[in-house]
Amino acid sequence: MATYQLQINGKSVSTEADSDTPLLWVLRDNLGLVGTKYGCGIAQCGACTVHLNGTAVRSCSLPISAIGNKKVTTIEGLSEKGDHPVQQAWNEVDVAQCGYCQAGQIMTAAALLSKKTKPSDQDIETAMNGNICRCGTYHRIHEAVVLASSKISN
Amino acid sequence: METLTKTNRRNFLKLATATTGGLVLGFNWEANATTFNVLDEAASAADTNFNSYLSISSDNVITIFSPNPELGQNIKTSFPMIVAEELEADWSKVKVVQAMLDIKKYERQLTGGSGAIPHSWERLRKAGATAKQMLLEAGAKRWNVSASSLVAENGMIVDKSGNRSLSYGELANDAALIPVPTDIKLKDKKDFKIIGQPIRNVDGMDMITGKPLYGLDFYREGMVFAMIQRPKSFGMKIKSVDAAAAKASTGIIDVVTFKNNVAVVGKSTWQVNKARKLLKIEYEAESKIESTVDHDKLFKELLESKEPTVRRKDGDVDAAFANATKVISREYQCPFLPHNSMEPMNFFAHVRADGVELVGPTQTPDMARNEVAKLLGIAPDKITLEITRLGGGFGRRLKADYVLEAAELSSIIKAPVKVIWTREDDMGGGSYRPAVRYRFQAALDANGNMVGYKLRGVGINSGNPTREDNFPAGAVDNLLIDSIEHKSAITTGAWRAPITNFLAFAEQSFLDEVAEAVKQDPIQFRLNLLEKAKKYPVGAIKYDIDRMKTVIELAKEKSEWGKKKNISQGFSVYFSHRSYVAQVAEVEMKSGKPVVKKIHAAADCGVVINMSGAQQQVRGGIVDGMGHAFFGNLTFKDGAAEQLNFNSYRLIRYKEVPEIDVHFVNNGIDPTGLGEPALPPTGGAVANALFKATGKRLYNQPFNKQEALGGVNLESKM
Repeated sequence: MATYQLQINGKSVSTEADSDTPLLWVLRDNLGLVGTKYGCGIAQCGACTVHLNGTAVRSCSLPISAIGNKKVTTIEGLSEKGDHPVQQAWNEVDVAQCGYCQAGQIMTAAALLSKKTKPSDQDIETAMNGNICRCGTYHRIHEAVVLASSKISN
Repeated sequence: METLTKTNRRNFLKLATATTGGLVLGFNWEANATTFNVLDEAASAADTNFNSYLSISSDNVITIFSPNPELGQNIKTSFPMIVAEELEADWSKVKVVQAMLDIKKYERQLTGGSGAIPHSWERLRKAGATAKQMLLEAGAKRWNVSASSLVAENGMIVDKSGNRSLSYGELANDAALIPVPTDIKLKDKKDFKIIGQPIRNVDGMDMITGKPLYGLDFYREGMVFAMIQRPKSFGMKIKSVDAAAAKASTGIIDVVTFKNNVAVVGKSTWQVNKARKLLKIEYEAESKIESTVDHDKLFKELLESKEPTVRRKDGDVDAAFANATKVISREYQCPFLPHNSMEPMNFFAHVRADGVELVGPTQTPDMARNEVAKLLGIAPDKITLEITRLGGGFGRRLKADYVLEAAELSSIIKAPVKVIWTREDDMGGGSYRPAVRYRFQAALDANGNMVGYKLRGVGINSGNPTREDNFPAGAVDNLLIDSIEHKSAITTGAWRAPITNFLAFAEQSFLDEVAEAVKQDPIQFRLNLLEKAKKYPVGAIKYDIDRMKTVIELAKEKSEWGKKKNISQGFSVYFSHRSYVAQVAEVEMKSGKPVVKKIHAAADCGVVINMSGAQQQVRGGIVDGMGHAFFGNLTFKDGAAEQLNFNSYRLIRYKEVPEIDVHFVNNGIDPTGLGEPALPPTGGAVANALFKATGKRLYNQPFNKQEALGGVNLESKM
């Protein structure tokens, strides 16, 4: 066990964990940030997606020892009031069914739009194809990303 | 509301009346219930008569408890919409609270069989209408006018002649004193304002801001974490366990063996996950150890069995086939499928001396509690069960195995514990959609009439893999449907649209082939059969011919069937869980490969409650049906599943879904359910369209393993 100082959602937090503990489980078990979900543990489904210095990463496969000073943003920290344009779009389009994968979907979409405010259909496809939705909400995910893009560009 | 769900009902009533006052109406979920009661102190003595609560507080908040587990079917939004409609409530003032397990109050507290709305439709309407009538009468009393001169609208009682109004909250205390009316008039369906609208999910904001909603999100002070090593092969049992290295691993509290389980208990999920890998367990066979290659051989033997279970027999099949001008015989096979809900199995259990607390995601909370009671030898009323939101279910959480092991472990270690399944545990852990093989046979006479029809289904732990009374039964003079089941150690269970999730593909592919043989348009062929069933029914007909015809006609019209150039269309229609769905799939050739571009769906589920949720159920069902038809494949070697995670087991992804166009039949029939019925027709519609495009038939799933097609390009754009 070692002590790690992490920059999470704009705050500096200290936590103890084995060095190989994935960020996912530190967030969930140590810090109570359970919005980030476990789906596969091998970076195949995208449910655990968070931002590391603004880039979408799979927290299930990222050991705590590799984080350092990099800024971690989770779904809880994407906006203070749940009103990030991507969250607004997700709400307006009523995307979720069971909802379990949606935090990961939103984090992937938000990272895409932060780099490219007007992504092409191809860009959206490339970004979102890594996130599985078992309920099959893909059509609305597409609609919501397009809507969020228009909110950000305007 | 957290505290309310944890308080017993009597206290809740007192709390409600003491803090906010207002009208609290108990309404009965039971099948024969027609009475409603205002809950006051006197009435609350008759505890079990009141089965759920609709309350209106003096500050205008309307609260309704939603009893059924929510797994994405959107029940938690649809139920209160029905109440709010009859109540003429202001939807923005409606709050929904997930009820704890309380079978005395709620009777049917489960999610399965697309049955929640059909079961509760009338009860919910009456609850809303009763409260509305009491509010109207309270308003009438206040103004000293007749109730019939007042109207209820948008959360207000309005006196149009006197140009005055009062909010429901202002009248709630008075309404609570009005005797419960027995003669309740429900709204005319054409006047619905909320029902049929697209209403956003009531948990929507919580889901997209990462609030703890799911079982896996449940944490309790002092709780320990556990993972269980179960035998990797079905049919094996533990011979010996060496847990020394696991026990010595960081953060591990204990390693416990019970039944065929070795549970590693520790301080965090990651630590128990790591330690579990250090277990050294030897297993030995306790029953036959099977592989997929054995099943492939077995199916062919079983199809020749002389001792099937006959499911339905009409006319004289032997004579019909003996005299046939032409016989068509085709076989179809599917593999086992895991459910793969995105939230893997998990449950929290705390077995104490004075009772048991269970918290987690389950589709059948009552069964889970009763099985835990039996296991621990305690009374069910000593067990509380809190239903969390479910990160998907698809039938897997109809089983209580993962609840039982958590309870058993807690009773052994005497601590509150959350048992967590990894994806590998989940995919390798059983309760699968059974592997099945069908043989369909049609006897045609010289005029191309289908005079004989035979279906034999053989499956592994499949129960009855046929739906013997479904179409085309009733439309064929001579019909025989039978089945043979092979018992295996590989466990199976309900998987969204049980049996029909594959049977529909096989049947609709076969009928397409028969239509081709008799040179009829595939849609006309089915309509002709339905016409025959209507005019000259053979045996019992247990589907609604007119409803089926209507969805067929609607899909035909909306897809512009047969009128499109360079597009190959395939048709399918299926009746399941009381509802009817017809689909037309469209395939285009791109660089010599077929691409599934679009699916048109026409659904009759009766009245649509929530247009947003209903669209989701149909699209989701189609994506589910298509994804599993193309990719779903769980194989076994020496009793163990060969695919254990998403690197070897493929689920359909974003770029692989076609455009989906959804239409509902607006016939005003009371709702008949929509969680499953859109899934079964998809495989057949897609396969029939692929045949039109390529000239090649598909007989087995998954499609992507069928070399006949030379590969299917699913990389279509939405």
